[in-house]
Amino acid sequence: MTDIFGLLKGKPEDSDYENKGVIVQGITGAYGSLHAKQMIAYGTNVVAGVTPGKGGQKFEEKVPVYNTMQEAVDATNAKISIVFVPAKFFLQAAKDALNSGIKLLVAIPEHVPVRDTMEALELAKQKDAVIIGPNTPGLMIPELIKIGIMPPMPFKAGKIAVLSKSGTLLYEISDALTNAGFGQSITIGIGGDPVNGTRLIDAFDMVKDIPDLEGLVIVGEIGGDSEEMLAQKIIDSGFNKPSVAYIAGRAAPKEKRMGHAGAIVMGTYGSAESKVSMFNKANIPVAKRPAEVPVLLAGKMEK
Amino acid sequence: MQLLEFQAKELFREYGINLLNSISSTNIEEGRKHAKELGYPFVIKIQVPVGGRGKAGGIQKCQNDDEFELKYPQVMDLEIKGEKARAILLEKMADIKKELYLSIFLNRSKRCYTIIASAEGGVEIESVKNQIIKEIGLGEVSDEVANEVANEMGLEGSIAEGVADTLKKLSKLTIEKEAELVEINPLAIMQDDSVTALDGKFVTDDNANFRHDELQKYQEKSEIEEQAEKSGFSLVELDGDIAVVGNGAGLVMSTLDMLSDNGGKPACFLDVGGGATTESVYEALTLISKLDRVKGILVNLYGGIVKTTVVAEAFLKAYENNLIDLPVFSRLKGTESEKAKEMLEGSRTNIFDSVEEAINAAVMGVKK
Repeated sequence: MTDIFGLLKGKPEDSDYENKGVIVQGITGAYGSLHAKQMIAYGTNVVAGVTPGKGGQKFEEKVPVYNTMQEAVDATNAKISIVFVPAKFFLQAAKDALNSGIKLLVAIPEHVPVRDTMEALELAKQKDAVIIGPNTPGLMIPELIKIGIMPPMPFKAGKIAVLSKSGTLLYEISDALTNAGFGQSITIGIGGDPVNGTRLIDAFDMVKDIPDLEGLVIVGEIGGDSEEMLAQKIIDSGFNKPSVAYIAGRAAPKEKRMGHAGAIVMGTYGSAESKVSMFNKANIPVAKRPAEVPVLLAGKMEK
Repeated sequence: MQLLEFQAKELFREYGINLLNSISSTNIEEGRKHAKELGYPFVIKIQVPVGGRGKAGGIQKCQNDDEFELKYPQVMDLEIKGEKARAILLEKMADIKKELYLSIFLNRSKRCYTIIASAEGGVEIESVKNQIIKEIGLGEVSDEVANEVANEMGLEGSIAEGVADTLKKLSKLTIEKEAELVEINPLAIMQDDSVTALDGKFVTDDNANFRHDELQKYQEKSEIEEQAEKSGFSLVELDGDIAVVGNGAGLVMSTLDMLSDNGGKPACFLDVGGGATTESVYEALTLISKLDRVKGILVNLYGGIVKTTVVAEAFLKAYENNLIDLPVFSRLKGTESEKAKEMLEGSRTNIFDSVEEAINAAVMGVKK
């Protein structure tokens, strides 16, 4: 099982405790550079960037840029990378990172072919590495480290774990939680693709044993069966921290892709009804609106 | 994208899967010619990219010219789950012994291709009994696995060989074209024990389109959908009267749900995406202005990296150019939302603090 906090924070005896290095793949591109700056501003320790052909440059006058991942990893010993390359180059970028020793790869690009994701995942499995995404906003420990594209203001340090397929709903619901006094211990964007490097059940495994965890919020959407699998896993594991879910797409027509490549109902597979009924079985209330999430969570905590 | 039956069958044919004689047409004149070529009896099948055609009356037998003249236009005029006929397929009637089920799909949670097979096909997958399910990794189906599946279906001799052969061809097709789902339902055992695909379903991974020029000819997009794609939006046309615009697929879906809960009918789902600019939002408003049924626009934005002022600017520009003369109901939250609200004050945009209020106002507003 992945020790996500070990990767993101490290141990108190580490020289880089709570200051883990992150490499940005595609740092000189428009999107990569914008978010590299934002991550640095949030306090993330961006130690290197990679853009083939731009090696030797300095990003923002201080972050060294390398031609290859191998050079960047050799120079920094970083174990985390975030990928901003165009979707069609994702597989190559992921292979470069995993073959260079990266253990946590955050895949931002949307529109990665599913086959490429599956190939990257096979390699990650061999290398004992974790992929978050693709098509994810990333993950963060609020007020400590952000590896992603989320805006900072919705998030506050605290004791609720938030797992979400959607980016903007993650912001919206975290904002509502923060306003209601529920800070977040970690937020993980699963991504909106049909195949996710880290599924909801995997993300649940990463957060369920956080010592001072006070609650879990699951933000799902139509398509696939990862919400159903998670509900079953929660039932089987006997996890009993207050948990609330939200499912987007109840009103979506069948057999239409709703923005996300993975948000499609085929027959009854992937329907909101199926997910809601499984959460109900797991005794997890499902909010009708994002704003209802903190209300239901507070209700669960009183019990 | 889901291909039409006759398109899926074109691919089946290319990969050597047995089919009955069939010809597709888009009008009755063409159809008459095909009827002569094919000879009675045959089946008329509506071509729509959704399931449930049989139940809806979209598949009809034809024994003679009179029946053809009556049924062709009837089937052509059907609308199934909101989808109009793209074409009509005439297919030779089959004399079959037994119907089987066979499909290969991309298993999202197991992250590999998976076979579903059954000796009891011809019904929708949810009702297919005794399913044989086999995860097969990322490669093609081996002889061994193909034979195993055929045996588990209780088949023997040349029929088992025919099914195993079809399965291997189906897997080659799935992998080479990067399909999410390829289904033959029913796969028929004919009187002579040969194995033939009577129907075909094929769902592509649109994100892999750049590697599959050969599938481009099957792409079917409305002019508006095409423009949306060019601008980097996701747009799904719906049949209501309130256009729903927002940033992020999840947020827009959520807005659609809340609108429907409150009695509103969405006219479209429009996600301007994470990289929205004044130009791209203006482009989105241009698209909406072309949808005739729209009586109002509901905007739900959570500004993150995208500033809400960028969006406000697009609206002001749209009003100035008389692009939009519809009421707009919006909720703006996040980055620079206070400034965005100031910018929009006194304009056609009605601003609300919560999305619930914006939705209620929109539902009331379009009723006027």
